[in-house]
Amino acid sequence: MRLNINGRDLEVSDSVGEKKLITFLREDLDLTGAKNACDIGACGACTILVDDEPVKICIKRVKDVAGHRVLTIEGMAAPDGTLHPLQQAFVDRGAIQCGFCTPGMVLVAHAFLLKQPHPTRDEIRKAIHGNLCRCTGYQQIIDAIEEAAAHYRGAPAPAQEARL
Amino acid sequence: MKAAGEKGWRNDAHAKVTGRTKYTDDLKFARLLHAAPVYCDFVHARILRVVTEEAARAPGVVRVLTAKDVPGSNRFGQIIRDYRIFADDKVRYNGDVVAMVVAETRDLAIRASALVRVEAEVLPAVLDPEEALLPGAPLVHESHGSNLVNTHRIRRGNVDEGFRRADFVVEEHFRTQSVEHAYMEPEVAVCAPRADGVIEVFGSMQHPFSTRRFVAACLGVPLSEVEVVGTPMGGGFGGKDDTAAIVCARAALAAKLLGQPVKLMYRRDWSIRESYKRHPYRVAYKMGVGSDGRITAVQCRIVADGGAYCSVTPWVTWRSTVQCCGPYVVENVHCDTLGVYTNNVVAGAMRGFGSPQMNFVVEQVVEMAAARLGITGVEFRRRNMVRQGSVTITGQTLDSHKVAMGEVLDAVLAETGYEEKLARCSHGRADGDELYGVGLAMSYRGVSLGAEGVDFCAAVINVQPDGSILLEVGIHENGQGAESAMSILAAEELGVDVGRIRYRRASTSTVPDSGTTVASRGTIMGGGAVTLAARELKRRMAEAVCGRLQCLAGAVRFEGGALLDPAGHRRVSFDEAIALMFATQHFPHVVGVFRAPKTTWDEHTGHGDAYFTWVYGCQAVELTVNKKTGRVRLLGAAAAHDVGRAVNPEMVRGQFFGGMAMATGYALHEEVRSKDGRITNPNLNTYRIPRSTDLPEMRAIIVENRDPHSPCGAKALGEPTNEILAPAIANAVFNATGRRQFSLPIKLSALPDEIAEEDCRL
Ligand code: FES
Ligand code: FES
Repeated sequence: MRLNINGRDLEVSDSVGEKKLITFLREDLDLTGAKNACDIGACGACTILVDDEPVKICIKRVKDVAGHRVLTIEGMAAPDGTLHPLQQAFVDRGAIQCGFCTPGMVLVAHAFLLKQPHPTRDEIRKAIHGNLCRCTGYQQIIDAIEEAAAHYRGAPAPAQEARL
Repeated sequence: MKAAGEKGWRNDAHAKVTGRTKYTDDLKFARLLHAAPVYCDFVHARILRVVTEEAARAPGVVRVLTAKDVPGSNRFGQIIRDYRIFADDKVRYNGDVVAMVVAETRDLAIRASALVRVEAEVLPAVLDPEEALLPGAPLVHESHGSNLVNTHRIRRGNVDEGFRRADFVVEEHFRTQSVEHAYMEPEVAVCAPRADGVIEVFGSMQHPFSTRRFVAACLGVPLSEVEVVGTPMGGGFGGKDDTAAIVCARAALAAKLLGQPVKLMYRRDWSIRESYKRHPYRVAYKMGVGSDGRITAVQCRIVADGGAYCSVTPWVTWRSTVQCCGPYVVENVHCDTLGVYTNNVVAGAMRGFGSPQMNFVVEQVVEMAAARLGITGVEFRRRNMVRQGSVTITGQTLDSHKVAMGEVLDAVLAETGYEEKLARCSHGRADGDELYGVGLAMSYRGVSLGAEGVDFCAAVINVQPDGSILLEVGIHENGQGAESAMSILAAEELGVDVGRIRYRRASTSTVPDSGTTVASRGTIMGGGAVTLAARELKRRMAEAVCGRLQCLAGAVRFEGGALLDPAGHRRVSFDEAIALMFATQHFPHVVGVFRAPKTTWDEHTGHGDAYFTWVYGCQAVELTVNKKTGRVRLLGAAAAHDVGRAVNPEMVRGQFFGGMAMATGYALHEEVRSKDGRITNPNLNTYRIPRSTDLPEMRAIIVENRDPHSPCGAKALGEPTNEILAPAIANAVFNATGRRQFSLPIKLSALPDEIAEEDCRL
């Protein structure tokens, strides 16, 4: 079956299709940005985007994303390391502490802003409510998303470059 | 790279936001084996036999380890060595690990772990701390002789006399619950044997040095044969001390015995089942108040459920004892504190460390007293709170630093318009369904370990021949931004751009043992060490160049990446100065050690200068309670804390918000529930930590009064922010509903339209 991960096509066997998606990304592709913090779909630390929709992958198989467009946190910044404006806002607004929730949080926010580039703070709160963060109290995460929204108006900022 | 002072600078932000940070479970090793712990269903039982043969024969299994395989000490503990690497004689709580399966994959290890059987004689379990103290109660540790772990006491003045002088007495009983840290990253360790025989330990832990001690003791090898490498961690909050160390020790044991790298990565349900929690407290509290609104006496009895092992229960309960009257001056105090063994999950260090429980009590009692007097809680607090030169209940005079109690209180009142909002509270009566309330709480807090431990920290600055700087400090990056704060302080002191500094991956083999990164001591202790190291480096650099600058060494200024004479006429760049030092073999390698000023304690009377400095905080919250559902909705919260000095303001704000959020969970959502000693909500779907939609907009008011005892001026922040929002919420709920909250978490059912008078307990 065919996968598309961070803009790159990839052919895998049917037996790989049966693997847990989080294990495949983390162990086989070394895309360790997605974290496993609960393994039951309750925390959002493992969130990636599938066709621009957030998906918790600790409860998914590889075959579930066959034929779809997958974006992981590793696909957000440019190859030279230049941050996506949303990532830059996370840095600037102090939205990162231990960083364990950060990859999932950035991706959920990206999916949300693609759809709603004029969000209220309340809408942002609702958009990220499935992603748990124990460090920040979410306040500066919401600040960051609010600040980054401007970059999604008009021509939205896509994830910057495809790479594995 | 961003310069110090630029918004949000962190040395690790770029790696974290791009997902490239390698946490322990992200590390890859060739020939890596995987381990899984084995639990059993018992709560209290004498172990007769651990049967491992079947598991050992299961597919992919390399070895099954039990207590018999531990070559060194199977016991450890920071205070009492009662904790086991693997349970040997008894199972003392349901989270005890009896064995560990090592296999080729994690799945195979987990599958085989179900095949280990434990034959045991079931013993009666003791699950209530008061019952545990009764004669004839089952003993958790027979050799200890009783279930009493420790006691603390304060005897000050004469409480009988104090109560006689009182106009009235407020007397109540309170209970708090067991709470999980719920760091997003569960416990994990990877241990790898090096070719020279040293075991390298990568793991998620707050205390690399005690981890090294435990690992070395478990393996029966000298400290030099274990190297604990600082690895980015996904949160700690006090929770990654003992349990994290055992996880490392078990993985190290397997790696040592098998000669291969071994990973032990915890599932969330194992983490919640096994790891220690915040202590549940029972507090009986009695406060006498005079007609002038001054507290005349306090008597209290505090019982802390320490669970199956001692962990740091004596230290946690010590802080509760020292701070048992909140930030108030009380002449007559009689406090008895008891730490108790039970067969419940172990309790240990958690952000707050014995203060959230006591503040929940004290900050409601003062409001009850105020209501009896017919004055506001704010007014009552003003009449009783500590001020410059006040004497604490342990006899310490607060004169070594600015006592900012009034300052933080005023800041919160002004910022929130509190007193005007107070007048609008519903007190159980409202036209619509939503009852409105505001509430407030405040505290003072002794900084760092205080008289509970030896308190020092070391830092190493090692300047390279090209002038770039390596910095290493004996505190640990728990996710709070410690490395960034340390780098900023070094850059400031040396007058260079922070981009010149690389925080070196910390290792227990290069920095002196500096204790644990708990007790909100990271910035004050680590920052002190960095500042002192930088000053020593400056002294040596000035000596090397004062000839060129034609001034005395002591007069050399460090600014803008250069060394200048006092008038600024002559300058030598930082790089040149370093080159000069290397040319003359005066190496710019310095160690700075900050020792906390002396503290004192008399265990018998509870007198002493308990902490070398104190911090002051106040928080307020605004909420509604739905009459029909009892649902609490937070509308806003604000906090003011004197942090000494905000080294990295965005990170400081992050500590405010994170602490307040966690306190919201403590107040309203969180409780480790158990049935017959078995935890029934061991994952994040049932153990509910606050979500974004549970929290209000929060405001952080940073108050800065540099502390003379802190070389860098900063004090403490991580815990103060976490210790007062629960009572503020309880007070706000009272102001909304007219109902006092005597236990945590606050649970409100539907409220009758009219609240009966007797319900309105003040
Ligand atoms: S790890 Fe997937 S939702 Fe928690
Ligand atoms: S930053 Fe630590 S969990 Fe969000």
